[in-house]
Amino acid sequence: MQTEDPKHVITMLVDNQPGVLSRVSGLFSGRGFNIDSLCVAETMDPQVSRITLVTRANALMVEQIEKQLNKLINIIKVRIMEKNRAVQREMALVCVRAKPENRAEILRIADIFRCKIIDAGLEHYILEVTGDAEKLTAILNLLKPIGIKKIARTGTVALFREPK
Amino acid sequence: MSPKVNETAEKQMTGAQILMAVLKEEGVDTIFGFPGGAVIDIYDELARTDIRHILVRHEQAAVHAADGYARASRKVGVCLVTSGPGATNTVTGIASAFMDSIPLVVITGQVPTHLIGNDAFQEVDIVGITRPCTKHNYLVKSIGDLARILREAFMIARSGRPGPVLVDIPKDLTQVQTVFSLQETVHLKSYNPTYRPNKRQLEKVVQLIQDARRPLIFAGGGVILSRASGELTELAHTCIMPVTNSLMGLGSFPGTDPLCLGMIGMHGTYTSNMATSACDLLLAVGVRFDDRVTGKTDAFASQAKIVHIDIDPTSIRKNVLVTVPLVGDCRITLKHLNELIRQGKPVDDLPEKRAEWLDQIAAWRQKGALNYDQTHIIKPQYVVEKLYELTRGQAIITTEVGQNQMWAAQYYRFDRPDHFMTSGGLGCMGYGLPAAIGAQMACPQKTVVDIAGDGSIQMNSQELATAVQYGLPVKIVILNNRYLGMVRQWQELFYDKRYACTDMAHAPDFVKLAEAYGAVGLRATTPAEVIPVLEAGLSSPNVAIMDFWIDREECVYPMVPAGAPITEMLLV
Repeated sequence: MQTEDPKHVITMLVDNQPGVLSRVSGLFSGRGFNIDSLCVAETMDPQVSRITLVTRANALMVEQIEKQLNKLINIIKVRIMEKNRAVQREMALVCVRAKPENRAEILRIADIFRCKIIDAGLEHYILEVTGDAEKLTAILNLLKPIGIKKIARTGTVALFREPK
Repeated sequence: MSPKVNETAEKQMTGAQILMAVLKEEGVDTIFGFPGGAVIDIYDELARTDIRHILVRHEQAAVHAADGYARASRKVGVCLVTSGPGATNTVTGIASAFMDSIPLVVITGQVPTHLIGNDAFQEVDIVGITRPCTKHNYLVKSIGDLARILREAFMIARSGRPGPVLVDIPKDLTQVQTVFSLQETVHLKSYNPTYRPNKRQLEKVVQLIQDARRPLIFAGGGVILSRASGELTELAHTCIMPVTNSLMGLGSFPGTDPLCLGMIGMHGTYTSNMATSACDLLLAVGVRFDDRVTGKTDAFASQAKIVHIDIDPTSIRKNVLVTVPLVGDCRITLKHLNELIRQGKPVDDLPEKRAEWLDQIAAWRQKGALNYDQTHIIKPQYVVEKLYELTRGQAIITTEVGQNQMWAAQYYRFDRPDHFMTSGGLGCMGYGLPAAIGAQMACPQKTVVDIAGDGSIQMNSQELATAVQYGLPVKIVILNNRYLGMVRQWQELFYDKRYACTDMAHAPDFVKLAEAYGAVGLRATTPAEVIPVLEAGLSSPNVAIMDFWIDREECVYPMVPAGAPITEMLLV
């Protein structure tokens, strides 16, 4: 059921205090909402952090999530991001098995996806790839047959576009 | 600014003294608690003030008592307990107050700041534990934050949809000094409840009320919390709309009013449930459509347009889809509705328009009135009915949870708000006695009766000592069937009478138990003894237990099986 629900990116400004992240994550686990990814970091105002969260939910659930988040005292502002009005990015570090016969192909793929090679060894490359979720899925699909040793993803961060 | 408050301005004070000063500022004169190592400095300071402290015998009871006190006094209830087990024991009480939206400030001691995280003696992360069952909670990290946090706690507890707020204070902060200064108002940029309803939505509601042929008001605890009974009654009378109540809403509309249909839901009246299914407009005020109310949601009020008034936006469209959502304070919203209706042109044929609907309701009333046969064994319904008559419907009734709670809700008719106190959302056995103690503290002149079962009274019966110690003459009516009756009822109806672990035949002698605590103990085993025992118990100046040996296998009817449409009622 859950995988059929569409993804929603939720962005919120919260008090930069201990325990706030646990209020947010506890709300999701306690009410049976799901979290695909979650990013937290300070904003320009050190008292305020931005949380970007990706969830899968139907329309009624996402409405309830937004209301429940708004109810938390430490949450200053919550918005659900419509995709066309926001820019979204995710970064991944991908460690790929690099046998001699694959090295050129890995570099070609890296070039196509404008990745950086940030570490290289006799048996591996580490690629830094940035893009939206589809781009990441695409490159991972290409690298998978070659052999992905390990991966670290940031989860989505997003900002509303400013009026043009 | 009163001169008294001015005296405390700009003074060096310890954390314990600051706590007392803020309690004074907030108008707190009574707190419920239990001392311990982490709060010993607070207690030392408390003893120098004129704040009354009620020493309970278990911290859970401190919270329930503060809950009962808050409901009866319409103030914020305050508890004070120590760290570790003192704090964990409050969790059930806090969760119950959270579900029922009762304003509380719970102050817990914590181990000294430098020991936090060290698994110190009596250390527990109570802020972590209570995060999901408080409206908000705090761990005070610096003495400079203490006064602000305490003021915020009171503001959050009583505003918007009320609820419990916990403040965890490390022991060292109660001892160190800082400058205490007056802060005018508390402001939280991220907390701003909506009290005023949207005008356009209100106009839609007026139209819906005037167009409706079969309207029904469904009033809940929010009406009581926002003190909207007067406004609700006016609306019901001017627009000739019958009223059904949730358990939490009993008393928000006079139970003896001809338009009152009684409780809705799993053990609601036949009339209420039938009317809910047949109405074409359901005006839901201060309710949250609990599953015990709706039964199968698809079938709930399926012919009706639903208007939902609530101060908490999360209550709206959570369980039931609505036609017109109205976020706002129940009282302000109903007041606006009444004004709009008064200003608008009157519907002149209103009585004729409603006649058919009222006839239908009268027919349901006749067919499905609450009833029981008083045989040679005492029936619990008879006890509650006689209690209602002997107290002339004026008593404050608290309940435990289970059959006792439902019989109290069905057979005691509440004409006023704040006279029925029950753990509605959490369904917490052990609530009734401490809540009665709290209510009696708030209303010394009132008769306060805990309607209990023999099972649930044992969950906090130690509080008899508290009641006797402080001369709080609460009355306890035990509907004693020597079973955990409600579970047994489910086992009888849905589990082929396999009574797994519900036989409570081994119970204390409640008369002797009462006497052991210095209270009065009375027992009735035959119907003829019911009235004399009630009379003796109610007229006693002391705490009294009245132990009624009722029909062991009496069930609460009507009953809607869990998850069924509410029209599918078992009637006998």
